[in-house]
Amino acid sequence: MRNPQLNKHGELQHLLTIDGLPRDVLTAVLDTAAPFTEVAEREVKKLPLLRGKSIFNLFFENSTRTRTTFEIAAKRLSADVVNLNVSTSSTAKGESLLDTVDNLCAMQADMFVVRHAASGAPFLIAQHLLATGRDHIHVVNAGDGRHAHPTQGLLDMYTIRHYKRDFTNLTVAIVGDVLHSRVARSQISALTTLGVPEVRVIGPKTLLPTDVERLGVRVFHDIREGLRGVDVVMMLRLQNERMNGALLPTPQEFYKVWGLTAEKLALAKPDAIVLHPGPMNRGVEIDSSVADGAQAVILQQVTFGIAVRMAVMSMLAGQQGSNK
Amino acid sequence: MQSLDAEALFRTLVEQMRPHVSPDTALVGIHTGGVWLAARLHQALGLSRPPGSIDVSFYRDDFASKGLHPQPKRTDIPFPVEGADVIIVDDVLYTGRTTRAAINELFDFGRPARVDLAVLVDRGDRELPIAPRWCALTLPDPLPASQSLQLESGAAGELTLRLIDA
Repeated sequence: MRNPQLNKHGELQHLLTIDGLPRDVLTAVLDTAAPFTEVAEREVKKLPLLRGKSIFNLFFENSTRTRTTFEIAAKRLSADVVNLNVSTSSTAKGESLLDTVDNLCAMQADMFVVRHAASGAPFLIAQHLLATGRDHIHVVNAGDGRHAHPTQGLLDMYTIRHYKRDFTNLTVAIVGDVLHSRVARSQISALTTLGVPEVRVIGPKTLLPTDVERLGVRVFHDIREGLRGVDVVMMLRLQNERMNGALLPTPQEFYKVWGLTAEKLALAKPDAIVLHPGPMNRGVEIDSSVADGAQAVILQQVTFGIAVRMAVMSMLAGQQGSNK
Repeated sequence: MQSLDAEALFRTLVEQMRPHVSPDTALVGIHTGGVWLAARLHQALGLSRPPGSIDVSFYRDDFASKGLHPQPKRTDIPFPVEGADVIIVDDVLYTGRTTRAAINELFDFGRPARVDLAVLVDRGDRELPIAPRWCALTLPDPLPASQSLQLESGAAGELTLRLIDA
């Protein structure tokens, strides 16, 4: 079966998850993003690529950074952006997800950027568009449940490539609450597809999915052991809002054992970089001295994120298979 | 068609341009042939400002039908465009659409005082009201659409032109 994200020419039709995307598609996104980084330094921070296109940001779950960076990316491509916030939308009045989508299609939407608490919601929308013959409308997953956050995964890859050049000689550690993290799933998928020989996952047993080894990672339950000699440290946010039940004692306790401090980071390679998808819980998963230190590339991730999202949106809107 | 001596055409172009440029004139080459040509012109004309380069992928008018070029290059304008005398440099002038895209892109960096166009070869068949100020060779008969002229640059920057049948 064809990957539902690719059209018959093998080009991206939707971006729903990194799982199953071939390496050359991921590399193409990173290559395309590179020239977009320079647009921010121009007198006119705008390119005419998506002029006349309407992009709807459908956020059924709160987000400031992701929604803002998608919005900036779309606006720098000259698209018209409409932000729909669930709290003010008709969903609150009982409208179904697909009815909302149909209504927005009737307003000539060209692309949906979707965040939803339910895993698979963007896939459901993409399937619905295909089933109703509207395959000129594209869907970008901006985070669904515990499933995937592909643009975050891609911007992390862009950041790593920017500083480390080559993926094929790296050891990368993902640290923290993997269980609740869609970011971690997208990162693991992207890292293994791009040929990183060793991906480590570090966290307490209660916050790692069972059988996580099957994703091709090495599991460590001791952060000091896991960080030894790594090139890249990818911290995850402790997802308090997704926590139900007693998975860990207290945030303070978590910090003592799992928080990234300068002393623990010293076990990694001297030139190791530290990533964090934000928003950071200082003093919980990361110490301020590391977050603000020379090895942190956390704010660069935000800047690169705009270029990567511009690349994704322009690749979707400009592919040959669409009926223009 | 006669064979084209790119180096001889280059010398012709330099002599055409020399009386009209000042050391402050800025060159901007269009990827990829125009960038090589701009680098050589910059040297031959003794200009002070470093040459810029433009990849027009993000400004093309056929984006909606053809999509994005798979590996766009970086646009790099290393001088303030505001108030500058700019010469856009391309190897081969054809429909004029690339030139239009380059002018549009240039203006997103500021308002130049003046923009001119220098090309090595004009192969004819323009689709827009665009004409070069300097051109080393205008082909007497337009090339058929199935053919293309490609500039190549050797290890020492020496230029050659190749006629390619698609």
